Amino acid sequence: MEWETVIGLEIHAQLLTKSKIFSAASTAFGAAPNTQACLVDLGYPGVLPVLNKEAVRMAVKFGLAIGAQIATRSVFARKNYFYPDLPKGYQISQYELPVVSKGSVEIELEDGGRRRIGITRAHLEEDAGKSLHEGFEGISGIDLNRAGTPLLEIVSEPDMRSAKEAVAYMKKIHSLVRYLEICDGNLQEGSFRCDANVSVRRQGEQKFGTRAELKNINSFHFVEKAILYEVQRQIDVIESGGKVVQETRLYDSKKNETRSMRSKEEANDYRYFPDPDLLPLEITESFVAEVRKTLPELPDGKKQRFMRAYGLSAYDAALLTASRELADYYETLVQAVGGEAKLCANWVMGELSAALNQNNKEVTQSPVTAAMLAELLKRILDNTISGKIAKEVFEALWAGEGGADAVIENKGLKQITDSSAIGKIIDEIMAANPRQLSDYRAGKDKLFAFFVGQVMKATQGKANPQQVNELLLRKLKS
Amino acid sequence: MSLTPDDVRTIARLARLAISEQDIPRYADNLSRILDFVAQLDQADTSHVAPMAHPLSSLTQRLRDDVVTETSQRDLFQENAPQVDAGLYLVPKVIE
Repeated sequence: MEWETVIGLEIHAQLLTKSKIFSAASTAFGAAPNTQACLVDLGYPGVLPVLNKEAVRMAVKFGLAIGAQIATRSVFARKNYFYPDLPKGYQISQYELPVVSKGSVEIELEDGGRRRIGITRAHLEEDAGKSLHEGFEGISGIDLNRAGTPLLEIVSEPDMRSAKEAVAYMKKIHSLVRYLEICDGNLQEGSFRCDANVSVRRQGEQKFGTRAELKNINSFHFVEKAILYEVQRQIDVIESGGKVVQETRLYDSKKNETRSMRSKEEANDYRYFPDPDLLPLEITESFVAEVRKTLPELPDGKKQRFMRAYGLSAYDAALLTASRELADYYETLVQAVGGEAKLCANWVMGELSAALNQNNKEVTQSPVTAAMLAELLKRILDNTISGKIAKEVFEALWAGEGGADAVIENKGLKQITDSSAIGKIIDEIMAANPRQLSDYRAGKDKLFAFFVGQVMKATQGKANPQQVNELLLRKLKS
Repeated sequence: MSLTPDDVRTIARLARLAISEQDIPRYADNLSRILDFVAQLDQADTSHVAPMAHPLSSLTQRLRDDVVTETSQRDLFQENAPQVDAGLYLVPKVIE
């Protein structure tokens, strides 16, 4: 039996405002517990929420970036449920009239194809506090610093058909909110979170199967694993004659499984109604126009430009524009080198990205700045060093041993470009390896690489490879 | 509009109200009468009226500049809490 997977994602992005969505308390991460929870956040009687203009601006910015409709009039609603990290007994959210609706983004599939993923809506709401269970016996500790932090909940259509597509979509939104500078995208700190609605149906069937909502997925990797696990679980249930029940399931990354959260189901009657404390939000055309002016070049546009302006492949351009910071680094590099876009791309995606990954650093934290890397690449281009030696120099730059020129000088890495010097070394090697020489001359062409290797060994890799090739060819044939 | 005893139980649970079994018929009757009273509004012809989310429908939400003006008053606020430790409010354990 062939099964088709149907996935929709709900992404919660914490907006990068300084103060909370309805109060003037700080949203800074990592403060001492409850030092950023004011009377409004604590839900004291008699207080009133006042909406943060910046949160609205950011929501509109996102809406414009996904080609969505911006509601001229939207409404805040109360979502009622009891939980200790929600002091008011309701979360202020949006229900019937969200600020953003009917947008879409395009994702790239592994086979190079593209798919448009619909975004049903994006609405503003407040985050809850945090419950801490460790270090207490039979008791939970509540920190309400996070309560009232603005969230943009981005709800997709059930348009994804595999775990890989879900990851591609999540990465796309992640890249977008960071480009727009409306969310820092930090998954570890929980400022970018994802729930997945997953169902399966028989291939060709029109009706969707019953879905389960997966919660607690805090990395791109786990999204894929959680969905793959859940899909298999649902298929097993159906094939063994059972029925999938609609429920919320928690993903446990340690055990790589999902399990039912029954208690959450029971209370799944939120009784939404318009919040009488908040008047309808009006967004004027001029406000939208102002926000539109602040839109940066977006990932898709930047990618197209990189392909056009730098002659890069779609793949290279996509990698380089995945984050705005990496794209900026690349463009600074190309400018400093004065062209050589492909060489620059190879170094940014190769040595630089590898070093960043290995050391768990962001490109903005790279000890090798674009200017430093440019200096190094120029030395490859003017034949001072070979590409291979350049990798050694890069490591020295990364380790903080100075600029490229200083490293080349101090380590004596300058390339040997003196033909007579290289010629002399070749003569010596030919004399020392008479058997390989006669084999080569008898037609064993593969031995050419052996001679190249010997020359490089004798010069510690410093001989100019092109010259070595030319001279070797001439001398071996004669 | 008549509420069943089960409706009353559900409403009580959602509101976290402890009610006794014997009071349920009375609650069902009282609540049903309130609903019936309000249901008279259904007779009004609203086909030419746009739905409103707030009675002050000519006004719109005022927006606040994104500025932090609150300072920590944790100690003061926590005087009202039955139990605190290390800056945290303590509650009976809640975990999934």
